This record gives sequence, C-alpha cells and structure tokens, in this order.
Amino acid sequence: MQLTQVLTYALRRLLQAVPVVILIMVGTFLLLKLAPGDTVDALVGDMGGADAAYIARLRAEYGLDQPVWVQLGRYMAKLIQFDFGWSFVYEQPVSAILWERLGTTLMLMGTSLSLAFSIGVGLGAIAARRAYSLTDNAISTLGLVFYATPSFFLSLMMILLFSVKLGWLPVGGLTDVAAFYTGWDYVFDVALHLIMPTAALSLIYLSFYLRLMRASVLEVADLDFVRTARAKGAGETRLMVHHIMRNALLPVVTLLGLQFSTVLGGSVVVETIFALPGLGQLAYQSVIQRDMNMLMGIIFLCAIIVVIVNFLTDLLYARLDSRIALK
Amino acid sequence: MMTTSRSAQIWLLAGAALAGLAGPLAGPAAAEEPQRGGTAIVHMVSEQRVLNPALRASTGVYNITGKIMEPLIDKSYDGPVGVLATDWSSTEDGLHITVNLREGVNWHDGKPFTCDDVAFSAMELWKPLLNYSSTLQQYLESVDCTDPHTAVFNYSQPMPLDLFVAAMPDLGHPVPRHLYEGTDIMRNPHNTAPVGTGPFRFVEYKRGQYVIAERNEDYWRGAEYPYLDRIVWRFIPDKSAAAAAMEAGEIHESGTNSLSMADIERFSQMDGFDVGTRGYENNVAHSTVEFNHRNPILADLKVRQAIYHGLDIDYAIKTIMRGYAKPGRGPIPSTGGANYTDDVTTYAYDPELAKQMLDEAGYPAGPDGIRFRLRHRPAPWGEYTQLWAEYFAQAMGEIGIDVEILTNDAPGFLNGVYRDHDFDTANGWHQFRSDPAVSTMVWLRSGSPAGTPWSNQFGWKSDEMDRMIDEAQAELDPAERAADYHAIQAKAMEELPVIFAIEHPFISVTSKKLHNHHNNPRWISSSWYDLWIEH
Repeated sequence: MQLTQVLTYALRRLLQAVPVVILIMVGTFLLLKLAPGDTVDALVGDMGGADAAYIARLRAEYGLDQPVWVQLGRYMAKLIQFDFGWSFVYEQPVSAILWERLGTTLMLMGTSLSLAFSIGVGLGAIAARRAYSLTDNAISTLGLVFYATPSFFLSLMMILLFSVKLGWLPVGGLTDVAAFYTGWDYVFDVALHLIMPTAALSLIYLSFYLRLMRASVLEVADLDFVRTARAKGAGETRLMVHHIMRNALLPVVTLLGLQFSTVLGGSVVVETIFALPGLGQLAYQSVIQRDMNMLMGIIFLCAIIVVIVNFLTDLLYARLDSRIALK
Repeated sequence: MMTTSRSAQIWLLAGAALAGLAGPLAGPAAAEEPQRGGTAIVHMVSEQRVLNPALRASTGVYNITGKIMEPLIDKSYDGPVGVLATDWSSTEDGLHITVNLREGVNWHDGKPFTCDDVAFSAMELWKPLLNYSSTLQQYLESVDCTDPHTAVFNYSQPMPLDLFVAAMPDLGHPVPRHLYEGTDIMRNPHNTAPVGTGPFRFVEYKRGQYVIAERNEDYWRGAEYPYLDRIVWRFIPDKSAAAAAMEAGEIHESGTNSLSMADIERFSQMDGFDVGTRGYENNVAHSTVEFNHRNPILADLKVRQAIYHGLDIDYAIKTIMRGYAKPGRGPIPSTGGANYTDDVTTYAYDPELAKQMLDEAGYPAGPDGIRFRLRHRPAPWGEYTQLWAEYFAQAMGEIGIDVEILTNDAPGFLNGVYRDHDFDTANGWHQFRSDPAVSTMVWLRSGSPAGTPWSNQFGWKSDEMDRMIDEAQAELDPAERAADYHAIQAKAMEELPVIFAIEHPFISVTSKKLHNHHNNPRWISSSWYDLWIEH
C-alpha cells in the first residue's frame, strides 16, 4: 500500500462523495419541509404567543414566506460556499455552534467506542477460546444483560448509585460551573463529568463487539490455515494473536466503522440525560424547534463523517487483509 | 384630577384569593440574619437563547433576565411596587400616563439610566417588537421626556392606568438606549449578553450548559444588596436527571413544574426541600378544553354543556394535578384580583345528566354505544396536558363520545389547531398575565387572523361578547372595569366557547438552603435581590 496509491484512492472517493452529499442535502431539506410547523411556530410556542403581524414579520425576516424551491436554492447556494447559515433559534451562525458541540460528542464517542472496542474484542476472544465454559457463560451473560438494558435506564441507575447515594460523581453537565477551575483542575473536572456518560455508552456498545468477536473467533479457529499453523507447531498464543485475531477482526472493524458513522445520532439519549452539550442533544433540540439550518448543518457534518470513516475503514481493511486492494 | 394607581382593594382581594392556592410551601423564612455570599444554582429544562425581556415576553426569559434587567414596575403581595419607576399617574381621559423614574440608577456599564432609555425602549422595542406588547401598546403615539426622570406615555385611545401597571412587570423592561440605538435591534449582541440595572450583572452564556450572573457592586438598592455572589442557571433537559441533581444538592431551585409530578411529590415528603405553588400567583394557568365550533355538533351549546357535565374535575385535580389546583371558573383565575368573580354558572359532574342532554340534543347512542366521534389534539406542554387529554378521552367514552387523540410536538400542535383548524377538540394551557386585557380576552374575541397562537381560532363568534370585550378594554374606572369583566366571565361560563376546566399555578421545588424565596407573586421572574443561601 503506497502513499500515492492511497492518495489517488482518496481523491477518487472524495469526488464520488460530492453528488452523494448533494443528494442527501436536497433530500433532507425537502423531507424536513414536510414536517408540520416551522421555526417561527416553535419560537412563538416558546414565547407563549404573539400577534399575527409579529409572526408574519418574523417569517418574512427568516425567509420562510418564500416558496420551498426558492428556500432550497438559497440554502444550496450558501452551502456551496460552506456557509451553514444563521440559526434563528440560537441567534448565532450555525457553524459556530456545530464546531463547539462537535468536540464534546467526538470526545464522548471516541472514548466510549475505543473502550467498548478494546474491552469487547478482548472479552470476546477470551470467551471464544474457552467456548461453553463457565468463563464464556459469565462473559456472554454479562454482554447480553448490557445489550438488553436501555441506555436511559442504565444512565439513570448509574446516576442514582454514584451521584445520589454515594455522592462520588457529578450528576451531569460538562464542568462544575460554580467552581471556576482552570488548567489541570479543569481537565480533571471534565474527566470526572465524563466518567458516567462514557461508561454508559461503552457498556452498551461493548456487548456488540463482544458477541461479534466471539462468533468471529470461533469461526476463524476452524479454518484450514489455523489448522496448518497449529500442525507446523505454532504456540497457542502465537496462533491466537497472529492467525486468528487478525482475521477475526475484519467483521468487527466493519462494525466499528458503522458505529462511528452513527456518532452523532448514537449519543442523543446519553447526552440528554447527562446534560452534555453535544451534537446528539443539539439534533434533538433542533428537531423540536424546527431549526432547519442547524439540522441541515448537522446532517451535512454527519454525511462528511460517514464518508471519511468509510474511507478509513477501507484503508484498515486493506491493511488487515492483504487480499483486498485499493482500487 | 389625576387618578392614582394604588387601588389597594384589587390587591387585597388578590391576596385573599391566593391564600387558598398557596399549598404546603412554607412562607418566607422567619426573620433570620441573612448571610452574604454564595452561589444559587437554578434548574432550567430548556434553553432560552434570547436573553432580552424587551424582545421576548416569556417566563423562561424573565427567569434569567429578571435578575439582570429590571422593569419599571414590579408586583409584590401588597400590590404594585416601583422598581425603575417611583410613581405613576394618569390624566382623567386616560390619554397620558406620567411615570416618574428612579434617580441615581446606573446601567451595568456605568452609564446613567434616564428617560431617554424608556422612551427609546417603548417606541422601538415594546411597541413594534415585543410579543403581547404590540397589542397592548397599539395606541401608544409617543413617549415624551419632560425631564431626564419623567416619562409621559401619550396614547391616541384611552389606556386604563390599572392595565398599564398590571402589564409593566412583564412588558416594561427598558434596554440601554446607548447600546441599541442605530443597531439592528433583533441582531444586537446584547440580546444574548444583557446589560441592565439589576442586582446581578451578566457574565457568561455557555450554550447548552449554563448562564452565569454575578453580584452588581453598584446596585441602586445599596451595598447591602444583593446577598448572593452569583446565580448559575443550568440547562438539564432530562427531568429524572434533574431530580437526581436536586437530590444530590447540585441545584437549589427547580421552578415552573420542571420536574415530573412523581418527583415533585417525592420531594414534598423529604426533609430539606420546600415544595409548593406560592410565588406563582401571577403565573396561574388554566387547563382547558377547546372546541372547534366549525363542527356543527360542537356548535350546539347543549353538547358543550353535556361535555362539561361529563368531566369529573375534582378527580382530575386529585390524580393529575396531585391536588395542586382548583376548579376553573371562567377565563379569569381566582388570583385575578377585583376582575375575578366566582358568581358564575357551574357544571357539576353528572354523567347521567350529560347522557340525557346529548340524547335531547339529537345525538343518541348508536348500537355500539357511540354517539359521535371527535379528533382531539392535546398540547405537548408536559405531563398535565397529556394526562388531561387522556382523562378527557376516557371521560367522554363514558358518556358515549369516542375521542381519538392526535399527538404532535409544539409546532405541529400550533399549526393543527391555530392555523389549519384541523381538530374537533383540543386541550392546552392558558396562562393568565395579571390583567385580562393582556392575553386573555383574545381567546374569546373573534377576528384574530388565522395562525395566531393562543387566540380565538375556534370559530366562535359572538357580537355581544366582542362588544363587551371592547368596552371593558377602554373602561378607565377600575370598579366599572371589574364589573365589565365579571359580566364577561358570566357570559363565558354560560356559552362555553372554551372550558377553562382547571386553574393551576406552577410548582417549585426549592432547597431549604435558600431563604427569602417565593416572597412575591411572580417570584421566579423577579430580581432576587433579597435571596440568600445558607453556607
């Protein structure tokens, strides 16, 4: 896998992605327009009412009095210049808010997914090696329990135990607002606030990796090349690490790519419960408030992330399995 | 002759009425020595975004900005009190209202507060831009500054002084002219970073997380106030997580029913928390049943009366509202002061009578026991409205009316009812804003253009009612005015354009660490200059 080869591949993927993203944006714009009510309705609902002239003026100011195709044209023209527009709900440019929120969500998803991935893969491998033993049963049952627990329930139970009863961890938010920490104290404070949401998210994701890895290892362990390696005198550890794991990881990596693509949607519940200012919570609020520009911005960001993650997954695939070539 | 504003009788009546609603919340803390310093942390369910009460009149906005920006006049349990105004009076014809302004008040940026600020705010924000105020100030022609601390409001039609004073706490927040003049007012950066005269100055608004305000060292009430160093509003969208934060001591105050009823009830039985409805007398709401009179079945008064007889209001109060409410008596709540009367027709729970009336109206039960079907839209304003809708459907089922519930989120609901009129019945909240002229009468008067939320979009039209409302609106004499509103209530209860079924104030959960809390009838919106925290 040479650098030029990767770059050409990347460029071609990028060009392929452009029409896809445009299609997604036009499609969602039209879909969102089908929802009853617009930004002004939501704003007026929040305000507790307003008179008709006021409402008409707001609508004109936001350009909502124009036909849908005019609104779409205006939006796409701005998007081409990477202008996400103005959020009438937040009274700020959409890009500023997206940028602020993206960090929190990426941090949360990054840590949760890597935790879930590494622990899940490890436990899955162990369970498969001791298939149908007590260890396997224990691990598999645990995975099943977390798999079956709704994330809101798990989150609330954790809050009840660790915050209300034991008082060890803060209930929610990103920082202790009244404390005004700076430097390392601040970092430590944020880390403390992220323990529960990260744990809640990763425990739920973990079960996916665990189950998939277990099945995958069991399957690979029966293949001919493993038998050959064993016959050639490879030790159990070497067999596991070099021959089985590497091949068993392929479907698990696919799952990682898929899950990372849902990075923005995946954390809605956890972000809402722990009052974390991330993109998931933002998306949810934006739907309720009919904040079109914001929603479109989020969807655009999602589309871009999906394209990038798919590209990276393909690279990883080629690295893991030499039979796959980048074309 | 000048009519003075202090018609004490109104407020005495209001005081008497609210005693009944006060619930189990302890009164203001006994005379203890207030402690200085500390941070009060307040729970907010949703984000407020625009922090300018001169642009957005809503409790959520006042909850934060009320501590930073002050109105001309506020409300106490003893009647209206001057904040940035010291005195007010009206000419006999009601065309000119003179307001004397407090001297020696500075904006948070150090510039003095003068009549220029009031005149600018009234003409450039209150009249054209502030919701509700654009109807209130419809006939405001100009505001003259006869000297830096005297503002004269000139009207082209008589403006009752009582109405002006009642509206000021919500609709009378001046903004600093020097920061707004010559800018695009709707896009002014101070709309989210407010500069006011209040006891706390704005520090930071971190979207999705918190707003911080800190002590104003130059507050006009003197160096003693405020007691608190800082107030932090935290946005916690999940009600269960917020209840946990309250229990863990991370927040001190959760107002306006921001926790689930189950949790509110739980806190009321725990030590360390005050739970109750005191401090919300100015924010009393009605749970309603709204009819689409375009439906010929519902246009029949007998059917509407039968529906009222089919509702067990006491049962709903006990179960849905957990006792924090009382039966409604028409468009004006019992905290409405002199304008309220309970001398109106009432409709006792009597399902047998309801069935008989429906038979008489020509809607006998079919072979399946059903007389007719209704499509019902509940407003998504939280637990009360959802449960009330479910109860309504169930109660109607018992008298042979089949109700299908159509659930929407807020924009969907507002569109379905107020713009598309696509409903048979609906239910929601209608919040009273201290004077029936401000936002109540629009529910009964015909002629609102389609799409106006919280207006008479029900297709009910009565020339008689329209005339009565217009007369009351222009009546200057407080006693005559009250009589007019009594007549309107009596008529509304006879003709039932809308059922104002249950009157309920909001409920607060407050940590006992806070003192001097809920000590005025719009406490959550007020300035909290005298609030202090034990530490």
